[in-house]
Parts: sequence; C-alpha cells; structure tokens
Amino acid sequence: MSIWNKLITAVRGGATEVGEAIVDTQALRILDQEMRDARKHLDQAKQSLTGVMAEKMGVDRKVKQLAASVTEHEGYAIKAMESGNDTLALEVAEKIAEISEELDAQQKLLDGYNNNVSQLKKTIAETERNVRAMEREVSIVKTTEAVNKANSAAAAKFSGSNSSMRSATDSLERIKAKQQKRQDQMQAAMELQNEGSGADLSAKLKEAGIVSGAASGNSILERLRAKQQAGG
Amino acid sequence: MSNDALANFATELDGHLTEEGMKLSATIMDNDGAHVIQVEIEDREEFPIFISLDSEQLLCTCYLWHDSEVNNERRCDMLDAMTTLNLPMPLSSFGKVGDQYLIFGAMSAKPTLEDLIHEICVLSDNSLNAIETLQDYLN
Repeated sequence: MSIWNKLITAVRGGATEVGEAIVDTQALRILDQEMRDARKHLDQAKQSLTGVMAEKMGVDRKVKQLAASVTEHEGYAIKAMESGNDTLALEVAEKIAEISEELDAQQKLLDGYNNNVSQLKKTIAETERNVRAMEREVSIVKTTEAVNKANSAAAAKFSGSNSSMRSATDSLERIKAKQQKRQDQMQAAMELQNEGSGADLSAKLKEAGIVSGAASGNSILERLRAKQQAGG
Repeated sequence: MSNDALANFATELDGHLTEEGMKLSATIMDNDGAHVIQVEIEDREEFPIFISLDSEQLLCTCYLWHDSEVNNERRCDMLDAMTTLNLPMPLSSFGKVGDQYLIFGAMSAKPTLEDLIHEICVLSDNSLNAIETLQDYLN
C-alpha cells in the first residue's frame, strides 16, 4: 500500500462517526507504530549503506591495482618482444590474461556494489520522505484535535450552544453584520466630523466678517441709521 | 524547537494591527505536545486561523464547514467548484480533515513575520469569500 493511502486512512478518521471525534485514534496509533518502524528501517538502511560503501571502496582499489598491473605487464611483454625473447613474452602474456580475468570479476563486483549503493540511497531518501509525510500527518491530526476543542469553545461563545449548531453561513452573516455595523459607525463618525468642521468653518467666516453673523448686528444698525437720516 | 518558533510568532502576532486596521490576537494551544497558534482577527472571530509547524512547513488553516452542512444533492458540484477554485484562489487551497472542510496555506518552516501576517490576512479574506461563493451548496 502506498504511503498516501495510509495517510488518507488516518486523516479521514472518524468521518463516519457522528459528533466530536474527528480523529481515528486507532489509525493514529498505527501511524505512530509505522513511523517507529520506518525510522528503524531507515537506521538499518543507513548502516548497510555505510558497510556497502566501505566494501565498495575496497573493491574499487583492487580494480585500480589490477588495471595498473595489466598496463605494467603489457609494458614487460612489449620489452620482451623487442628483445626477441618470445618465450618470456608469451609467459608475460599468459600472466596478463590471468590478471585480466581477475580484473573482469572484480569490475563486475564493483558494478554490483555501485548498483547496491544507488539502490540503498534511493530507499533511504524514500523512507525519509515517508517518515516526514507521516510526521506531517500526525501533526495535522493533532492540530485538528486542538482546533476541534477550540472550535467547540468558540461555538459556545458565539452561539451559546454546541459546535453542531454553528454553521459557516450563519457565522458569515454575523461577520457581515459586524462589518456593516462598523462601516455604519465609521460613516456616522465621518458625517459628524464633517458637520463639526463645517460649523468651525462658518464660525471662522463669521469671525472674518465674510458671511453675515455676529458682525452683521452693526451693519443692520448702520442700515437703520441711514434709513432714519434719509427719512428725517 | 518548532514549539519555540511558534511561541515567538504568537508573541509577535498578538496585538498586531494589520494594514486594513484589523487587530490580531494570538494564543498558543497545546495538544499532546503539539503546539498550535490560534489567531483571531477582529470582527472575524468566528473564523480563527490556526498555525502549526513541523520540520518541513508551516501551515495556516481556517476551518470552513462540516460535512453535515453540505447539501447532499449538490456535494459533487461543490467539490468540483472547490477543485476549480483552488488554482485562481491566491495563496490558499481547499482541503478536508475528518468531516471538516478547510482552507489552508502552506509556507516554508521559517517564514518572515511579514509574510506570515500577509498569509493570515489573505487566508482570512479567502475564507469569507469561499463561504460567500459556495454557500449555495450548503444547507
């Protein structure tokens, strides 16, 4: 079974159970156990990787030695041929054949080790990914539990009843109402502000004698006097 | 270690005033050793944001509605709409845990405070928009 299937099982949890329980504690326990197993597996894989790599290095050295030995003996064979000693040359050639055979065998061994190492590295990387995925899942499940508790408390606070009574759309309506109220308050505050600043302005205009107001008393009197004089 | 990092974020977030002028309040909850920050946004207290942290990522989650709130006849249409909305929705995706539909944003395990606050604000906006958009599928 792929790791994702197991995780789905865990987070689906108590979806079928009515009410509070969102997390299948049994699934969580299984997940915990699998996480422990996977970590053990990981440690073992890392240990064998170290062992295999050490052996690989040994074989690697041997392959290099054998290859150097082949080159070395080829030089001897050529020298023997050059000096006309065909018997010796043949003897060296036979030695080369023997070393080459050993070299082939060791090279195959080395290829096998290389394969093993890359296989083990893949396994380790995959296991590490799986462990991280499981850790993440456990964290999500535990978070969900904490959230569930908090949600119940929040629901009780907002609706004075249990969490099943609190619906998303009701909550949204409540938020909208709050936002509307806030907006209304802001609007009202702004209008008040405008009125306030308007009153200030007209007071200033009156003070400056630009609009009629307190200063107009004198002008009225002046107008009346002028009328009187004209009449008299 | 992740618990320490969460505690620091909670201290920084608590009382923070967002650019839109909304006040955040953050509290730490402890469930079986796993710490979670609950962030309440002023006027949106009904939909708190929960922040959790593991070795790889920081998750901001907002819980939307229960299975029981979904109109059964329209469930498939709702899921189709949610899957379709996942891409155009900024920073957040829909998800489900147990019988609870949710919306979440995943961040690196070490976000800056600025990025985290931005994430919280966008997630909160997305949550309200999601409920408004998808309420036709709910009872």
